Amino acid sequence: MSATSIVSLPDQSTATMPKRHYINNEHGLLSWLLTADHKRIAILYLISITFFFFIGGAFAGLIRLELLTPQSDLVAADTYNKFFTMHGIVMIFLFLVPSVPATLGNFLIPIMLGAKDLAFPKINLLSWYLYMIGGTLTLAALVLGGVDTGWTFTTPLSTHYLNTHVVTAATAIFVAGFSSIFTGLNFIVTIHRMRAPGMTWFRMPLFVWSHYAASLLMVLGTPVLAIAIVLVALERLIGIGVFDPTKGGDPLLFQHLFWFYSHPAVYIMILPGMGVISEVISTFSRKRVFGYSAVAFSSVAIALFGFFVWEHHMFIMGVSNYSALVFSLLTMLVAVPSAIKVFNWAFTLQKGSITFETPMLYAFAFIGLFTIGGLTGVFLGALGMDIHLTETYFIVAHFHYVMVGGMLMAFLAGIHFWWPKMTGRMYPESLSKLSAVTSFIGFNLTFMPQFILGYLGMPRRYASYPAEFQVLNVLSTAGATVLGVGFMLPLLYLGWSLKYGAIAGANPWQATGLEWQIQSPPLTENFIETPIMDHEAYDYEWLENKTKHEVTTVG
Amino acid sequence: MDSALTTPHTHEAHAHEHEHISLPQHRHHFETEEQQREAGSFGMWLFLLTEIMFFGGMFFAYLLYRNWYYPAFAAASNQLNVPMGATNTVILISSGFFMALGVWASEVRKKKTLVIMLLLTTIFGCAFLGVKYFEYKEKYELHHIPGNNFSIAMFVNPQNYPQYPDTYAEKPLAPDMAQKTQIFFFLYFAMTGMHALHMIIGIGLLVWLIIRAQRGDFTNGYVAPIENFGLYWHFVDIVWLFLFPLLYLINRHPLH
Repeated sequence: MSATSIVSLPDQSTATMPKRHYINNEHGLLSWLLTADHKRIAILYLISITFFFFIGGAFAGLIRLELLTPQSDLVAADTYNKFFTMHGIVMIFLFLVPSVPATLGNFLIPIMLGAKDLAFPKINLLSWYLYMIGGTLTLAALVLGGVDTGWTFTTPLSTHYLNTHVVTAATAIFVAGFSSIFTGLNFIVTIHRMRAPGMTWFRMPLFVWSHYAASLLMVLGTPVLAIAIVLVALERLIGIGVFDPTKGGDPLLFQHLFWFYSHPAVYIMILPGMGVISEVISTFSRKRVFGYSAVAFSSVAIALFGFFVWEHHMFIMGVSNYSALVFSLLTMLVAVPSAIKVFNWAFTLQKGSITFETPMLYAFAFIGLFTIGGLTGVFLGALGMDIHLTETYFIVAHFHYVMVGGMLMAFLAGIHFWWPKMTGRMYPESLSKLSAVTSFIGFNLTFMPQFILGYLGMPRRYASYPAEFQVLNVLSTAGATVLGVGFMLPLLYLGWSLKYGAIAGANPWQATGLEWQIQSPPLTENFIETPIMDHEAYDYEWLENKTKHEVTTVG
Repeated sequence: MDSALTTPHTHEAHAHEHEHISLPQHRHHFETEEQQREAGSFGMWLFLLTEIMFFGGMFFAYLLYRNWYYPAFAAASNQLNVPMGATNTVILISSGFFMALGVWASEVRKKKTLVIMLLLTTIFGCAFLGVKYFEYKEKYELHHIPGNNFSIAMFVNPQNYPQYPDTYAEKPLAPDMAQKTQIFFFLYFAMTGMHALHMIIGIGLLVWLIIRAQRGDFTNGYVAPIENFGLYWHFVDIVWLFLFPLLYLINRHPLH
């Protein structure tokens, strides 16, 4: 890339806000609602998923409050069922699945590839509208009286024994699913067809690789969820019996269809987070990611293996012993590419010039918590252990270690890391470090006791429990309170920084990605000229040379 | 999907004009028209992949239940109208043939031929749906639509239906097995219904394409929408080519 082709800003102390960028390019609400700019759509998504995150978080708070005492005294058992169902549906379909891809992925993938936009900008906007329709329907199901099937819609419970708003919630998930399909489709086509000259597959940032793997899962898995959901709705509305044992249907068929999507879905959630961690670890240890191609391929391997493990959700549901054995072995295989990633991040840190900015703190939290979450997943994949631990709080703790301790920490790492790029302003460093540490402590206090509870046999999804479990439950609720504070803080100071944060400049972290070589916030068209990628990813020497010889032009 | 590929871009500032722009349909964020065309076609293939997975769920259910309730599936399948199904297969393949000619006409820039071919595609598509209507109507009259009005009478007492020779020749099913014909008919309606829904959406798109083809939008070198719609239409054809034997031709024995 020639130095003159880049609008670059000098270092942060003298940085000024560029006069023209994607935020002030057009004004008014309609310019946002009808935009085809991937960066603006990312911001729309960021606002919406934050809203739904706090809705889902409120339900988590209510669940923990109910579990403070052994009796079901805050709410009745039925209401409690609605709480955890709502928590699950909102957090999984409306927060975790779109979290990193629809916000950071949307914003960054075209820029990282040197493109002006995603391949299909209008489909990108359509996907946001579908997401909003799905979100609205979910809220409608909630306001009308709630759903109490659990987020898994288990048949025949969901089709025959409940009289809540299952069809509304099912429609919501069906619609939101298409939003996810369109995002994945857009990413795959963009990554295949829109790369700048010189941007070969193995020069792409690992963030892009992990999004590519996640997109494959979105495109191949989500339609199967869609048809499973349609069948549940038809079964409820017409009573055709496809999942009804009294009419010859098989409830287990629903489990197969549902988990064929919903197991890969956890990789849809975690893979983009792993992409964030690769970027952050490399930048703050100032080293190329150790074993770049191993990390890249491990993303694809996780996506591939992820499709062949779904039956481990059904070990106690009467599947054959032989198939359970095979699926148990396949489940263990997923640990291999996951471990490759963790070891490579550790080797990236080795002898690096490590600094401890907020994104790095979150990244460290991710590595530790994800490792615990991942390894307890191996416990659950082992047949004998699973019989004992399944449907207990051990599962709850395992899942939250991966999804909150892993994914949410990665999301916050990414939000802090690219906040200067998205808004042009820095977040307050000491406050954000405080929130990272608070979340880490709060998280462990919440979920570590749940591992023990599960091991002792406390079943999940009940509003009441034997009195001997109370101490650990009180600890967990106390942790949830701390965790809640840790998640509220960023909302406040990031909002504050929009107006009062220090001007960031183009490359506050001295990172190597193409997104850091353009102004912050970027221009609507991202690049003035199509960049030419003439170096490897994470090439810090290239960056040093470039900065030394560059004639900076302030845009 | 097509509208996003084809509608010219107007409301966004063109910060940098390219030298090679010759078509009004060229979208600013693509470097070249070739890149745009490739991206569009690649996107369509991926979309079809999601469609395969979507239908795949139902094919999986079919596989499972056909293995479990084979006698019910065979008896219920024999009740489907093979001549109508076969006619529809020919109609749909013809429709696909005209669609292929349409893509060719667009490529060689023959506006009149393109419009005629698209019209023929539409007419054959509608004919398919017409035949389907009569098939569904027959099922309705026989109470073979799953739900509260579903009746297994025809499979328990086939001898009472001399007007349906295929069924008449069948051995009666035990009532609990006959009950499973409902699952067959549910899958029949779900799969052919989903297929018909795709046809209806396709016909809607065809009308829009015909109007634009008449304006000459697709005979100036801009083939992408016709090409991509063609892929979709052929996909819908292929789904039917699987549905027809799997649903209509289970254990047919015409020489009995």
